[in-house]
Amino acid sequence: MSTAADLFYPESTARAGMTRLIYAGILIILSLILSLPLFAVISSFLIPVPDVWQHLVDTVLKEYVLNSLILMLGVGSLTLLLGIIPAWLVTMCRFPLSRTLEWALLLPLAMPAYIIAYTYTGILDTSGPAQTLLREFTGWQYGEYWFPEVRSIGGAITMLSFVLYPYIYLISRAAFIEQSICALEVARTLGCGPYKTFFRVALPLARPAIIVGLSLVLMETLADYGTVQYFGIATFTTGIFRTWFGLGSSAAAAQLSALLMLFIAVLIYLEYWSRKQQRFHHTSNRYSTLTQKRLSGKNAVFAGILCCLPVLLGFLVPVIFLIKWAWLTYGKVVNDQFLNMMWNSIMLASSAALIATLLALFMAYGKRRISNPFTRVAVNLSGMGYAIPGTVIAVGVMLPFAWLDRLIDGFFRTHFDYSTGLLLSGTLAAVMFAYIARFLAVSLKTVDAGLAKIKPSMDEAGRSIGLKPATLIRKVHMPMMRGSLLTAVLLVFVDVLKELPATLILRPFNFNTLAIRAYELANEERLADAACPSLAIVLVAIIPVIYLSRSISMSRPGHDYST
Amino acid sequence: MYMKYKLLLVLSGSILLGAQCQARNAEVNIYSERKEELIKPLLERFTVDTGVKVNLVTGDGDALIKRLEIEGRHSPADILLATDVARLYRAKSLELLQPVNSDVLENAIPENFRDGEGYWYGLSLRSRVIVYAKDRVNPEQLATYETMINPEWKGRICVRSSSNPYNQSLVASMIARNGIEATQAWASGLVENLARSPRGGDRDQIKAVAVGECDIALVNTYYLGGMLHSEINEEKQAAENVSLFWPNQNDRGAHFNISGAGVTRSAKNREAAISLLEFLSGDEAQAWYAEMNYEFPVKPGITISETLQQWGSYITDDINLDQLGQYNAEAVRLMDRAGWK
Repeated sequence: MSTAADLFYPESTARAGMTRLIYAGILIILSLILSLPLFAVISSFLIPVPDVWQHLVDTVLKEYVLNSLILMLGVGSLTLLLGIIPAWLVTMCRFPLSRTLEWALLLPLAMPAYIIAYTYTGILDTSGPAQTLLREFTGWQYGEYWFPEVRSIGGAITMLSFVLYPYIYLISRAAFIEQSICALEVARTLGCGPYKTFFRVALPLARPAIIVGLSLVLMETLADYGTVQYFGIATFTTGIFRTWFGLGSSAAAAQLSALLMLFIAVLIYLEYWSRKQQRFHHTSNRYSTLTQKRLSGKNAVFAGILCCLPVLLGFLVPVIFLIKWAWLTYGKVVNDQFLNMMWNSIMLASSAALIATLLALFMAYGKRRISNPFTRVAVNLSGMGYAIPGTVIAVGVMLPFAWLDRLIDGFFRTHFDYSTGLLLSGTLAAVMFAYIARFLAVSLKTVDAGLAKIKPSMDEAGRSIGLKPATLIRKVHMPMMRGSLLTAVLLVFVDVLKELPATLILRPFNFNTLAIRAYELANEERLADAACPSLAIVLVAIIPVIYLSRSISMSRPGHDYST
Repeated sequence: MYMKYKLLLVLSGSILLGAQCQARNAEVNIYSERKEELIKPLLERFTVDTGVKVNLVTGDGDALIKRLEIEGRHSPADILLATDVARLYRAKSLELLQPVNSDVLENAIPENFRDGEGYWYGLSLRSRVIVYAKDRVNPEQLATYETMINPEWKGRICVRSSSNPYNQSLVASMIARNGIEATQAWASGLVENLARSPRGGDRDQIKAVAVGECDIALVNTYYLGGMLHSEINEEKQAAENVSLFWPNQNDRGAHFNISGAGVTRSAKNREAAISLLEFLSGDEAQAWYAEMNYEFPVKPGITISETLQQWGSYITDDINLDQLGQYNAEAVRLMDRAGWK
């Protein structure tokens, strides 16, 4: 326990100083190891490819950048709308279905972006059921009416927003739940109407949390390949792969990825800088039971529709069509192998979720107690992998693993005359490492946000009444952190469940996951066959989504779930 | 807390152990760009016939090539299976493959569908052809890839993104045949004639023709075959509304690409790998490609399925396939310049 103790009495003894140093050392080394894939990407600049760059600048680079920016702007705004409004409504008001919507609004999280893209194309395409019905009903021919084109940048923005808004919903709802009702009540007594209270008090208080959600959304948007590729939109990410596969220059592709990373780093820094002056700690610790306002009449119907819409479009409609297709094909798709894939997916996702959350906890505490530029930079660096396309990260994982394998092999050859071959490359350890390198951002940001809510004065108060550090953690930190930790576990679990490119390229022989199967079939344009594995992903993800959503609701201090 | 750490240790330990427990009996390890669904049944058949276990990893071609490259001489892979000749060409030029001489392979596979030095062998043929709307297009209006840029086709053509390897190999073949300048003009002309900005896959182009968004499209034959046998009714109907046209039948022939495989340089099970390649070029496997994925067998004289037969006979471009690999990057640059998205 001495480690924990020293962390909480940082200035007391020389021994404590030593412990802090060791903690900081482990923290930095760990962060650097997890950043190895990023360094591998950055090291590509050692190979100059001026002619490829000349070509890119002359032809397509401007379009890549422009489309990526439009995509970010669009997805950012739409997810904010789709996430914050329902989060506020289901937290503060009661209306028909509001209890169900609390968790149902998270469901689209379970839907891989490329699957929703394929599904909606199937539905809304000129030859799909929607337009066919329209033509049969009206007698119009193709070309005589206007219909929105799914496979456009607007379509991509919509598809990505449908599956990404739950990040913002989840995080902003947690923030709203945690807001002391006093601040809101004070605002109301000072004469603010409900709208003014929302915009002047609740939203600014939730801003840091919302920004966390937004940055996750934007990073995932930039890393997306499946959707934009299928829709034929040239973004930075499709450009990376076109440069690699088409132009045959993996060095230039890695350099493009490094630029993408730099862009993200600048964004993160700008955000950090913009709120440097402001600290958001709740000023009151009084949490009375949240009295939800019961809406009636027009308002209730309006709120209900507003909150149902994202669930309907982001989840129910595609799932209904997937079920329809799965019905046609389940006989030839579901077998022993299928169950095996399901088990693999669950096993990988839960291990990664657990490891990523524990690591995030370790790093977030370290950054909080030993805050110096080194630890801050190291920790932030290890959370950068999220914006990089999975395949690029995967190559970045292969390089250090192969290097280590060669080192071990060389050692055993010289000393024991025995070749160990590839010990780590092509194992699940490599896959797991890639997951952590890529998804640590998610758990880290979530845990960080949770930890930020615990004011330093609370630690001091705890100390002054003689709480032992372990008790302080158990009695004060854990109850306050529970929601954030669960959120972190959930997000990484679902992310890994859907993860495709890194698993695809790093996995051992004969190892399949649901996401791989769904992708392979969808990529062959066999939508009907892809429906079963896609539905299975959704099914596996729903159970933890519902469970965690309930836990988060109950995590509000002073919450009484029986009312 | 301690429970969790213990769990973590056990977990990571078992992951490492699991990796080490691979038996060292007769087996072959494959890195395959061909999707599992489209190769596994054949591999299982091979195991039943020979008792040799086959281990499979599937993935994107270039990513698998990168994995081979990074793993180097320790790579466990014995065979690289690709769905496009440009990948095989790239693997060969990166010195990731080794030459193989086999009478069985050489007798089964015509010379122009395998590497001259035996680094790779074609296993199935995939043609890129024109499909047209039965009710709106008279096939006599169609002739060659080249005539698709004629003004009569303005606003009537659909094609997918130029990021697609089959578009790249088609353009590479045209560079080899007609030169860069003529092909550049062709690509720009094609973009001029497009009915819509390139999007979706090949099946989407066929659907667009069926519904009237465009009148002709460039697609690979097996997508049409797959749609004709689709469980989704709309797909089936769409496929029945279009017909297939073999271009360039009066000159060089229709453009063909191959799926194929080579033995890796690091192969530790070379003999088993060669016998697997021989099996894949055999009658049974060749008929399977045609039956299951509507690809054409590379081996002459194989009876093909009814679907393939109804598309009629055709002449293939007998270009040296290496050129498709050589001109791949040039093709991409050319399409970038033409504004082919």
